[in-house]
Amino acid sequence: MSQVKVIVTLKPSLLDAQGRVVRDALHSLGYANVGEVRIGKYLELDVAPAEGADRQAVQAQVEEMCDRLLANPVIENYRCEVVS
Amino acid sequence: MSAAETAVRPASASAAIRGPKFGVVRFPGSNCDQDAYFALKDVLGVPVEYLWHADRALRGVDIVVLPGGFSYGDYLRTGAVARFAPIMEAVVAHAASGRPVIGICNGFQVLCEAHLLPGALVRNAGLKFVCKFVNLRVENARSQFTCAYSEGQVLKIPVAHGEGRYVCDEQTLARLTAGGQILFRYTDPHGLTTSDANPNGSLGGIAGIANEAGNVMGMMPHPERACEKILGSADGRGIFGSLIAAASARA
Repeated sequence: MSQVKVIVTLKPSLLDAQGRVVRDALHSLGYANVGEVRIGKYLELDVAPAEGADRQAVQAQVEEMCDRLLANPVIENYRCEVVS
Repeated sequence: MSAAETAVRPASASAAIRGPKFGVVRFPGSNCDQDAYFALKDVLGVPVEYLWHADRALRGVDIVVLPGGFSYGDYLRTGAVARFAPIMEAVVAHAASGRPVIGICNGFQVLCEAHLLPGALVRNAGLKFVCKFVNLRVENARSQFTCAYSEGQVLKIPVAHGEGRYVCDEQTLARLTAGGQILFRYTDPHGLTTSDANPNGSLGGIAGIANEAGNVMGMMPHPERACEKILGSADGRGIFGSLIAAASARA
C-alpha cells in the first residue's frame, strides 16, 4: 500500500477569510510579528498500486484524483507526494 | 388542507395542473427542497416532483431545480461531492440538450463544481453566515430566468449562506459581462452596487449568473423563500414565472 500526502491550498490571489481571522486572533494573543496566515487542507491517502505500477503511476493517479475531486482548480492549488 | 391554506392558493392550482414539470433534486443534506416544492406546487401551481440523488433518471421533468442546503455536509468543498451523485449525469445531459437547470444557493455551488457554470463560491469575506433579506438588481431581463422582470428592477429576496462569495478569473468575468450572463447583482434598495450592499464580498457584487447558452442559472439568494407576501416578499416568484412563461412560449 502506498501512502500519499496531499496538500490543498487556496490560490494566493484569493482572500482567505479564515486565515485572516486566525491571524487577527494571533495578533490579539500578542504575536504581533505574524504576517499573513493561510489555511489549507491536508489529506492522507492509502492507495493500493496496480500490479507492477511504480511510484510515478501512483503519483499520476493521485494528481488525477486531485484534478477531479480533491481540489477545485478554479480556486485551489495542490501538491502531492507519494511517501511510501 | 385547512380553509386558510386553500384561500392563499391561486385559482390555477385548484384547476388541472398545467405548465412545465419541475423536478427538485434531493441530496443528503438538502434543506430547501420542500420550500422549492411548495413554492412551485402550491404558490405557482405547476407540476413538480422530487428527484432522488441516487437515481439516474429525471423522470420526464422539463426544468431541474437544485435546491439549497448542505449536500453531503458540505464536506471537502460545498457541492464537491454532490456533483458526482448519480443523478448529476442526467442533469448534465439535460443541460447539454439546452433544457433549463436552476441552482439555488447550494445548488449554485453544485453547478459551479460540476462545471455547468464558470467560477466558484468561497467563504464569505465577512466571515459570517449571512441570513437576511438583500436587494438584487436585475442585470439582464432577456433570459428565460428573468423575463418576467424589467432590467434594473430591484428585488427583495433573502440570502442564507456562509460560502457565497463568487469568484472567477478576469477573462471569465469579462466573458460573463460581455455575454449578459450576469443576471443579478447585490445592490442597495435604490439599485446601487455598494460594498455595504454586498453581503459576502462577491466579485462585482455578483449574485446570480447564467451559462453561455442561457439555459443554466445559479444564484445564491433564495427566490423560493420569497414567493408570498406573508413571507416578507413575493419578488422571487418572477424567477419561476419567467421559466414557466418561457417554457409555454416554446411549447
